[in-house]
Amino acid sequence: MTPHAHDDHEHEVATEARFVIKPKDINEEISWAQINEDVLSSLERPRPLYWVIFFGSLAAFCWGVYCEIYQYNTGLGVASLENPQVWGLYIATFIFWIGMSHSGTLLSAILLLMHADWRKPIYRFAEAMTTFSLMTAGLFVLVHLGRIWEFYYVVAYPSERWTWPNFSSPLVWDATAIGTYLTTSIIFLYFGMIPDLAICRDKAHGFRRLFYRVMSVGWKGTDWQWANFRVTYLTLACLLIPLAVSVHSIVATDFAVSQQPGWHTTSFPPYFVAGALYSGCAAIITLFIILRYTFRFEQYMTIPILEKLAKLTFAISMVWTYLNLIEYASVWYGTDSYAKDALIFRATGTYAGWWWAMNILASVVPFAMTFKAVRTHIPTMMVVSLLLNLGMWIERFMIVTPTFAHGYYPWTWTGNWWPNWVQIGIIIGSFGWFTMLFMLFCKIFPSVSMYEVKEMVYHRIRARKKTAPQPAPIVQPAQS
Amino acid sequence: MSLDNLTSNWSKLRVQRPQPDQYKDAPYKWGMVIDLDACTGCNACTTACYAENNLPVVGKERFLAGQQMHWLRIERYWGEGTEPTQEFPEQGAQFLPMMCQQCEAAPCEIVCPVGATHHTPDGLNSQVYNRCVGSRYCSANCPYKVRYFNWYNYPESAWPSPLEQQLNPDVTVRSKGVMEKCTFCVQRLTEAKSKARTEKRTVRDGEVLTACAQACPTSAIHFGNLADPTSQVAEMWKAQQVELSAYPQEKDEQREKDEQVAKNNEEVVRGYRVLEELRTYPSVVYLERIRSTEV
Repeated sequence: MTPHAHDDHEHEVATEARFVIKPKDINEEISWAQINEDVLSSLERPRPLYWVIFFGSLAAFCWGVYCEIYQYNTGLGVASLENPQVWGLYIATFIFWIGMSHSGTLLSAILLLMHADWRKPIYRFAEAMTTFSLMTAGLFVLVHLGRIWEFYYVVAYPSERWTWPNFSSPLVWDATAIGTYLTTSIIFLYFGMIPDLAICRDKAHGFRRLFYRVMSVGWKGTDWQWANFRVTYLTLACLLIPLAVSVHSIVATDFAVSQQPGWHTTSFPPYFVAGALYSGCAAIITLFIILRYTFRFEQYMTIPILEKLAKLTFAISMVWTYLNLIEYASVWYGTDSYAKDALIFRATGTYAGWWWAMNILASVVPFAMTFKAVRTHIPTMMVVSLLLNLGMWIERFMIVTPTFAHGYYPWTWTGNWWPNWVQIGIIIGSFGWFTMLFMLFCKIFPSVSMYEVKEMVYHRIRARKKTAPQPAPIVQPAQS
Repeated sequence: MSLDNLTSNWSKLRVQRPQPDQYKDAPYKWGMVIDLDACTGCNACTTACYAENNLPVVGKERFLAGQQMHWLRIERYWGEGTEPTQEFPEQGAQFLPMMCQQCEAAPCEIVCPVGATHHTPDGLNSQVYNRCVGSRYCSANCPYKVRYFNWYNYPESAWPSPLEQQLNPDVTVRSKGVMEKCTFCVQRLTEAKSKARTEKRTVRDGEVLTACAQACPTSAIHFGNLADPTSQVAEMWKAQQVELSAYPQEKDEQREKDEQVAKNNEEVVRGYRVLEELRTYPSVVYLERIRSTEV
């Protein structure tokens, strides 16, 4: 084989193709027209399960709205909040939703920079998950406030009274960081969708054509547009990654900056970021399976991709487990007797069952994913991903509640606090709100990136051609 | 303009408290001493506080649900040698009146997102109801858990007519969704200061008392101006070797010495501040109870 020069990127793809692909991530024989047709049909008639999920989540959302209206009118006392349990499930679930948002960025931005092309069929819905879970988290900040109608005091806005928020408070950092992250991820989601919206525009009729025409802002697919698109998309991805890391670090400082036992830990920011990526990856697996079925995406959301997601989730779960054990160890061997006492209370007190459930669900269950049979079996992966997310939700509950129940001051130790139906109703409503928005998004916008899947297929075919066995050179027998 | 204010005064946003001699030239620094040996747990202070500060009476059900609004609470503890018996289940209780400690380095102040709680020049930890959005972060970060949140719109239910006629007109009635706490009866302090100002002097010792100190039948609660070294409270702080800005309170060696002396001298150093090791620098000193077994 004669050495010949080709550019780096092709070489990289060729190397990957030669050594990595066993079962194919995607059917390389699929034509571009077929990709358009398959994805666009997801905007038409999904499987009936779609409507079950949509109306189910709408009902849950309505129930949540009812609970919130009741709480708004009567006061937060109806949510069984009390002194000292002043935060309850609202803040715990707030962290949960913020955490969910991280893996969208992981898939769409970090893996983009790492040239992991298996992300291409699934990053779009992951990015949508980021946006909607951030919106849900934002709702919890409002639901939790005593005077919701004055939430804007927390935002730094120019006021004629010269009053500013208190910049030393982590809640102000929160408001700023989440606002920035939400704005950037909406732009990122929308921007990455523009070429696909143009395809929708070309195929649509009537008012939908008008809608997609406005949304696709005159995309024609010229070289000039593609060049600018690439640069901007990459820049946005680079901007988004530090934002994602900073947002959850800042949420962690809500706890780490405070003085309470069990919260006052410097390892909280990386611990929170790892937990965020972890629960987000598990949620992506859940949504992957749901979308694959409801929109008939079997060709694109393939088993090898699911397997890669499972491996990624397992890796992150081990990082999280390590940081979790570090936190226990640093408290256990530390000199802060209050924190140690709070840790013992978690493991043996009122919430011991939850604490052990969290450790088993989030640290032991992921080991199931070390088996290939589990990774490639869809119903099992569905169950595993839901269990992991349950574990991560309990983790947030375990961060917030026991510290209130067992703080510094013995007089305020409450052994038996549990949330009541109003809190649980609002939590259920938040899940409904998220699922409803997500399902609407998948119905209105292409949830698989058409142009990137085409790229993926194209590169893989080229790579295969490059590495295809060359015909053996004909050796002429030496004849005199 | 406000942005200029912010940028030019940014360093004031992270003022460290307490600084040595912070109140050296200040006219006022309010402080308190509570003698647990004198406290009989009669709850007169709590009642006075309810009357003075328009605290809503929440009812038994909400009280048991942990939604009570008592700025000043009497805590009961049972220690070794004073265990309750079957016959007398409350025998041997020791009492601790607990209210906002008006910390110099208050954990609640740094975390409030809107600056609704902040430090006044006379050393109080104030709460601005109008500014409060009800994030409850201050309560979450308070080691003493002495902040009380308005879980309901209590004015609607706490004072059925004509009880609203007995409300103290000097104190606001708080609405639903704001945090509140002991203010050291700031309305009385303001009145006394303004009266003193018109007479071109500072407030005299004993001229102003908090409602709890006024109501205490055994004079267990002492209130006064720490910035005035001749005031009763300042002298008690000095006698108990408690310094506002000092950490740790170097009392132990002195105490050992004193305890040996105490065989012939009654005065023992028994002043402490609650959870001192958190370095919140509270403005309230408690005098330890001397148990009968020790005497």
